[in-house]
Amino acid sequence: MSDTAFASRLPTALAATAEPAWVRRLLILTTLGLLGLLVLAPLAAVFAESLRNGIALAVASLGNRDALAAIRLTLIVAAVSVPMNAAAGIAAAWAITKFDWRGKALLITLIDLPFSVSPVVAGLCFVLLFGANSLIGGWLVAHGYPIVFALPGIVLATMFITFPFVARELIPVMTEQGRAEEEAALTLGASGWRMFLTVTLPNIRWALLYGVLLCNARAMGEFGAVAVVSGKIRGKTTTMPIMIEMLYNEYLSVAAFSMAALLAALALVTLTLKSALEWRYADQLAATHRH
Amino acid sequence: MHIQIDEIAKHFGPTAALHPVSLSIPSGALIALLGPSGSGKTTLLRILGGLEFPTSGRVLFDGQDATGLTVQERRAGFVFQSYALFRHMTVFENIAYGLRARPRRTRPTGPEIDRRVHKLLDLIQLPDIGARYPAQLSGGQRQRVALARALAIEPRMLLLDEPFGALDARVRKELRQGLREIHDATGLTTVFVTHDQDEAMELADLVVVMSMGQIEQIGKPAEIRAKPKTDFVRQFISA
Ligand SMILES: Nc1ncnc2c1ncn2[C@@H]1O[C@H](COP(=O)(O)OP(=O)(O)OP(=O)(O)O)[C@@H](O)[C@H]1O
Ligand SMILES: [Mg+2]
Repeated sequence: MSDTAFASRLPTALAATAEPAWVRRLLILTTLGLLGLLVLAPLAAVFAESLRNGIALAVASLGNRDALAAIRLTLIVAAVSVPMNAAAGIAAAWAITKFDWRGKALLITLIDLPFSVSPVVAGLCFVLLFGANSLIGGWLVAHGYPIVFALPGIVLATMFITFPFVARELIPVMTEQGRAEEEAALTLGASGWRMFLTVTLPNIRWALLYGVLLCNARAMGEFGAVAVVSGKIRGKTTTMPIMIEMLYNEYLSVAAFSMAALLAALALVTLTLKSALEWRYADQLAATHRH
Repeated sequence: MHIQIDEIAKHFGPTAALHPVSLSIPSGALIALLGPSGSGKTTLLRILGGLEFPTSGRVLFDGQDATGLTVQERRAGFVFQSYALFRHMTVFENIAYGLRARPRRTRPTGPEIDRRVHKLLDLIQLPDIGARYPAQLSGGQRQRVALARALAIEPRMLLLDEPFGALDARVRKELRQGLREIHDATGLTTVFVTHDQDEAMELADLVVVMSMGQIEQIGKPAEIRAKPKTDFVRQFISA
């Protein structure tokens, strides 16, 4: 009779929740295997492919006018949509967690909507709403403010897709923390705004940071919705993901993979930043989670 | 400050937390709101502090209608049930919060804030914990810091929601004595909520017995013991 079979007949010798050793090993191995296969291997392949003909060529392919325009556009879109979504996310989380009102459940569902609607469909909706043939879009185009096939449309689509990230991170934290500290600030004479800056914001800063980082990663990487609203005008409305697809379809594989590697690197920087902050402020994180 | 509660009612949707209640709290008194869970004690206290607004009725401070005053304008020193200390600030910063929140005109200078905070830390007999965070304090210490923070704003009244609720029996006794001393020293009109009749009877000048959103009896501890007015009061104090 094997050891494990013996141990499993003596459940009291183990912690109640502990699985047998072989189950644990199997679970860990499966997870690592899947992670390697689905995440690490493709990522490594992208970097390897971009560097196949040497780093000089890879860098050069990023230096042309259209590529630089795509990088710039991606950074601008993220720089505009992420702060706006951070503010909107805080507002939504606040409305949901700090007071009771009718329609709260509806708002919670609506926040999740971008996760469940296909990005392409979302993009089409914006074209319908703001395209040159629509009422609003026609008026705006006539006055020189095109939305679709221009920066505003790309920002709007990106904001729609990335809206849930900040609110989703904040809602559980704000629910758990309740209102007592904020009420205390008010009884001590603080204005609502002062209370927000000195009590609310410091208490949610970690969740907010995570939300913003995730939001940013997705904002830079969004493809489907942006592909529809941008019209893919080379050098004007192509973001990095769109540019990658175009280069790839034109069999410019070094250029495509170099751009892909850069996009992946931006995401990795974000992740590294998050881990570094977690490590640096481990004490603080632990302290604010105790009561 | 004299507090007059005039026919205050409070509804949360369909539930009535307070049926119209009236109560006069003499200036400088230490009174207890005593009653079982759900009897409306916290609701009444929050209405006094301006954290909740009554569905109907008025609150008068020294004869002036205070019903519409905002929570900031009330200047009530409020001690919350779970203390609600700012967890990301040191004890010193917690106590200084109300002073720093004042408009520039009336805000004390840095050294003056320093002096006042240290005076309060002496008053609660914890002179050396200014640099600690709330997570590094015992329950009793947190309670006293919460009291010091409420006193720092030079409040017009002191409102405490189950101030000793989460503490063990010995610490409760000690802190009861501490609250009595601070009340006597400051002369502040003080209202505290409790469901512990011993605490109410030992500490308060006047006890208000509540049940199901109504006031059953108001009286000195001895009166309530000797002459319970309703069956509810008789049963509650003999329990
Ligand atoms: N924000 C709220 N929304 C809905 N109902 C509420 C709210 N606050 C209080 N109530 C209800 O009002 C009634 C009185 O509550 P309150 O908190 O004043 O009781 P309490 O005497 O302080 O009880 P406890 O000793 O348990 O703290 C209860 O029935 C409670 O469910
Ligand atoms: Mg209560």
